[in-house]
Amino acid sequence: MNMQMNPQVDSANDSTQVQPVIEARDLNLVFGAGDTSVQALKDINLNINKGEFVSFIGPSGCGKTTFLRCIAALETPTGGSLAVNGMTPEQARLNRAYGYVFQAAGLYPWRTIAKNIKLPLEIMGFSRAEQDRRVAEVLELVELSGFGGKFPWQLSGGMQQRASIARALAFDADLLLMDEPFGALDEIVRDHLNEQLLKLWARTDKTIGFVTHSIPEAVYLSTKIVVMSPRPGRIHEVIESPLPKERPLDIRDTPEFIEIAHRVREGLRAGHGDD
Amino acid sequence: MKSVLAVLTVVAGIIGIWYLACVPMNIKGVLDAAERAGTEVVPATARERRDASALGLVANNSFAISSTWSVDRPRLPAPHQVAVELWQTTVEKKITSKRSLIYHAQVTLSATLFGFALGTGLGILLAVGIVHSRVMDMSVMPWAIVSQTIPIIALAPMIIVVLYSIGVQGLLPKAIIAAYLSFFPVVVGMVKGLRSPDHMQLDLMRTYGATGGQVFWKLRLPSSMPYLFASLKIGIAASLVGAIVGELPTGAVAGLGARLLAGSYYGQTVQIWSALFGAAILAGLLVALLGLIERLLLRRMGVRT
Repeated sequence: MNMQMNPQVDSANDSTQVQPVIEARDLNLVFGAGDTSVQALKDINLNINKGEFVSFIGPSGCGKTTFLRCIAALETPTGGSLAVNGMTPEQARLNRAYGYVFQAAGLYPWRTIAKNIKLPLEIMGFSRAEQDRRVAEVLELVELSGFGGKFPWQLSGGMQQRASIARALAFDADLLLMDEPFGALDEIVRDHLNEQLLKLWARTDKTIGFVTHSIPEAVYLSTKIVVMSPRPGRIHEVIESPLPKERPLDIRDTPEFIEIAHRVREGLRAGHGDD
Repeated sequence: MKSVLAVLTVVAGIIGIWYLACVPMNIKGVLDAAERAGTEVVPATARERRDASALGLVANNSFAISSTWSVDRPRLPAPHQVAVELWQTTVEKKITSKRSLIYHAQVTLSATLFGFALGTGLGILLAVGIVHSRVMDMSVMPWAIVSQTIPIIALAPMIIVVLYSIGVQGLLPKAIIAAYLSFFPVVVGMVKGLRSPDHMQLDLMRTYGATGGQVFWKLRLPSSMPYLFASLKIGIAASLVGAIVGELPTGAVAGLGARLLAGSYYGQTVQIWSALFGAAILAGLLVALLGLIERLLLRRMGVRT
């Protein structure tokens, strides 16, 4: 396979380009040392520009979550460079550059939904009034207005995940990193949340990095799909989606959609064939 | 309703076994008394009866069975004797009386609560240190475990003697012994509780750039509450045991431990048993009180009840 030869550096070829939100150059990450070391990421080159919705897809062990964690400064790369808003990931975190959504909602059971959303705001030292204002705002954004006083166990799994998205949005970071946020939810709820997420993205103009292992989800949501392959984790192919920004759920039955899904599937299969 | 029935069944069973056990335990004393009173018993002399089996004596002298439940100084007092003694020494005595069990219980209780507060405070502090510092984890935990392998009954007199020699006596030595027993479950439970947040929750805190203090107050401490209360319930019962043990070597004049000791000096088994029950009831009340506080707190924290 000669695919590896072009680890497609994002071709934003206009020279007047603004600074990318994420810029990874020859990024490597090796866990451990010696015989037991594992190359989690190998030579990752990727640009993510403002306002893009980028999905990372690939089999387990391909490093998609690890890459997201590198952006969030939860893992430290062992080689290459990684810039978030032109800063190191560590600095970017301190600048509240991103909100992170995990696979599980991870709401604190002893806090109400509103208090859960306030958690990052308390830590970052927002004033009381500002906290209340933002909570109301993001609750409205994820269509949970009126649920602020409820405890997490009183909400369904899908609503809990929406609340956790609201929590990530509360401090208004421009970048939203989502690690299989809907992976534990059933198909119907997932469809609904995908639709809502697109609306939210359109309203807020955020940049989103989204890890998934669902091909339809990746194609439906993304403007750019990063297909990764495992052992060592690397980018196999980057697919730019020609789908319009406005995407009703039934876009998934159009030939264009099916065509992209097919390309992703082919990419995944080819990437897997390498080992 | 069903559980009440189950509890009552067990209680009735225990009382039944207790009454049955009183018969062989007390039969020799009853027969000796009967012989002195001129009643004919089989075998006829105390010397012969000494080597006879208790059950055999019961079988041969079935007339004496009912008397075994009302002996003055029984080997094993019957339940109603203990109940009467408990009633007389609590309700019918003034609290200020030296014979009031409530007076003695209150003496022990103050040492228990003081020791419990000391032990809990120390336990929580140690746990916080252990969770945050690897050095403390490696160095303190083994000693905490070793400390609990020393029998408290051996250590208590030494603590009292050492403290007495530096002029400390009264409540504090007992409280220290109570604290010695109660800090350990608190350490173990709190370490477990403070470590209970999973990786994801800790990562989430990191993404907010939270400081160690913020992680502690907003995540670790609230997460540890259920663990803390489980430990506190064990700890308070252990505190009570510690306070009672602390009362034994001093030959203390007041407290449930003193009551136990006096009872054993003078062969007052009824008094011993009623003091034991007094201690058990006190422990039960303390644990129930903690359970109530736990329920109220956890409900405020939104835990489903």
